[in-house]
Amino acid sequence: MTELDLQVKIGSLTLANPVMPASGAFGEDMEAVIDFNLLGAVVPKSITKHPRKGNATPRVCETAAGMMNSIGIQSKGIHYYLEHVIPYYRRYQTPLISSISADSIEEFVEMTAIIAGTEGVAALELNISCPNLKGNGAAFGMDAQLTRELIREVRQVTDKPLIAKLTPNVTSIQEIALAAEEGGADGLNVANTILAMAIDVHTRKPRIGNILGGLSGPAVKPIIVRMIYQVHQVSSLPIIGCGGVMNGEDAIEMILAGASAVQIGTASFVQPTAMLDILEEIKQYMVQYGITDIQSLVGQVAVGKHNLEGC
Amino acid sequence: MKAIQMRICSNQQVSDRYWHMKVDASELNADVQPGQFFQLRCGHDIHPLLRRPFSIYRINRMERTLEFLYLVKGAGTQRLTLMQAGEYVDVFGPLGTPFVLQDDWETILLLARGVGIATLAALAQDAAEKGVQAVAILSARSRNDLLAAETLQGFGAQVLHVTDEEQTSGVEQVRGLLDSLLQQNRIDAAFTCGSKRLSRLLQDVTRKHAIPAQIALEEHMGCAMGVCFACVCDVKEGDHLKTVRVCKEGPVFPLEKVVL
Repeated sequence: MTELDLQVKIGSLTLANPVMPASGAFGEDMEAVIDFNLLGAVVPKSITKHPRKGNATPRVCETAAGMMNSIGIQSKGIHYYLEHVIPYYRRYQTPLISSISADSIEEFVEMTAIIAGTEGVAALELNISCPNLKGNGAAFGMDAQLTRELIREVRQVTDKPLIAKLTPNVTSIQEIALAAEEGGADGLNVANTILAMAIDVHTRKPRIGNILGGLSGPAVKPIIVRMIYQVHQVSSLPIIGCGGVMNGEDAIEMILAGASAVQIGTASFVQPTAMLDILEEIKQYMVQYGITDIQSLVGQVAVGKHNLEGC
Repeated sequence: MKAIQMRICSNQQVSDRYWHMKVDASELNADVQPGQFFQLRCGHDIHPLLRRPFSIYRINRMERTLEFLYLVKGAGTQRLTLMQAGEYVDVFGPLGTPFVLQDDWETILLLARGVGIATLAALAQDAAEKGVQAVAILSARSRNDLLAAETLQGFGAQVLHVTDEEQTSGVEQVRGLLDSLLQQNRIDAAFTCGSKRLSRLLQDVTRKHAIPAQIALEEHMGCAMGVCFACVCDVKEGDHLKTVRVCKEGPVFPLEKVVL
C-alpha cells in the first residue's frame, strides 16, 4: 500500500497528522484511554496568568445534537502550568501547543514571552475569544483592530508559531482572520464555541449557571464549515477546523472547506478514543479515494461559480 | 477506565419512574467498587449526544455482571429504556473514587433519597460481605419509589423509610429519626447520596456526634474523566476553599469537607 502523507505545517511547526484535541477538552487524565504519541499535537486547557475559579454550576447542558458549556477557564495559573503541565507533556514526542487566555494585550505578551521561552512548547494558541477587560468586556477577537494589535504585539516576543483561535461570534470572520494574518499569526483556529442559551421550560431557569454558554458538537459543524470556507477564501494561513467533528468524514469535510487540521472536543466526551478513531477514518478515506497527501485535499470543495455575498 | 460494549442481560421497568438494567461485565478487567460510576451511551445517534453517568446499584463479582437502577428523567434515560436484553450498551468506566469502608466498623448509617438509594445499595452489599451492619433511612416521593428497600433488606440492612406522600420526609422529622437511631446504636460512620437538604442535615448531625461521614455527589458531567472541569464542587481544605472535580476527585467525598 502506498504510504500516506498526513503531515501538516503550521509556520515552522510540522505535525505528523492533522488530528489534535481542542483546548478545554483534553488533559493528562486522557492518557488512560489514548496514546498521546499518536496525535498530531497536544493542546492542554487554556492557561491564565492567575488561578481562576471558573463559573457557577451547572457548567454544561445538552441541547439537540450539541452541548453548551460555561466552564469559565478554571485554571491553576501560569506557575502551575510551568512547573507541572509543560514538564508532563515533555515525555511525549507529540508537539505541545500551549493555549493562552489573558485579560489584556500586555498580559498576552507577558505570558507568551514566558511560555514560548519554556522548553517543550512547540507553538502557542492565542485564545482571543476571551473578554478584553480593559475594553468594554467584548472579546478581543470581535474587533479586527484589537486582534491585529494583539497578535502584532505578541509576535514581537516570540518566533514560535502563533495560532489565533478566532471567535465565531462576529459579523465577519473573514475580517478578523485577515487582521490576525496581518498581525503575524502563523495559523488560524476556526473557531471557538458559539454563544448560546438554553432554558428549562419547567423551572423557567437557564440550564447553565452562567446563563449564557458556548455551543459545541454536531449542531455547530455546518456553521464552522461555512466559516472555514470563508476564511480560506481570503487567507493563505493554515486553518485548524474546530467545531462538531465527530468522525473522519466530518474532518474531511472541514479539510475540503479549507482546513489543514482539525481539533476534536465534544466527540472525545462521547467516545474517549474519538481522536484516534477519527485519524483512522481519515486514513481509510484517503485509501478509498487514492489520496496520498492529505494536504492535497485542503480547500478542494468542488464549487462552481460562487458568490459569498449572494444570499 | 475504558469504553466497552456490554451485553444487556435485562432492562426492565420496576416502578412508575424507575428502570433496572443488568449488563454482562465479563469483558471488564477492572475491579468495581461501590460509589464508583459508569458513563453509558444512551443510543447510537447524535441525540441524545452525551453519555450519562450512572452509579452502580449492584456488583455481582461471581457472575461478572453489573446492575444499574435508573430514574427516567430526560431524553437520555428515556432512550435507554428502549434498549433490550441481548443488545449491547456502550459503557465507559469504572470512574471516580469509591466509598471507604473500614473493616473495624460494626455499624454504618445510610441516608439516601430518590435515585441516591441506588448508589448506597452497592455499599450496603459491600458492608454485608464485610460483616458490617447497615441501618438505612430511605427517603422518596412515594412508597412506590422506595425500590431498593428490599434489596437493602436482602443484604441484612435495617431499613426505615420516609416519604413525601406520607408527609414523613421533612428535614426535622428525619433529624428526629437520626437522633433516635444514634441514641440507640453505636454508629461508626454515615453515608449519604441524593439530596442536598438531607446531606446538610447529616453534615450537621455527624459533626455534632463526631461521626465520620461520606457523600456521593451528583453533578452534570461532560467528559467524566477529569479534563473538562464541568462537574465541580467546593470543598474546604482547612481554612481554604478548593474547587474540585466530582468525576475525578469524587464522586465520593468526606461529608464534612463538602460545601453544600
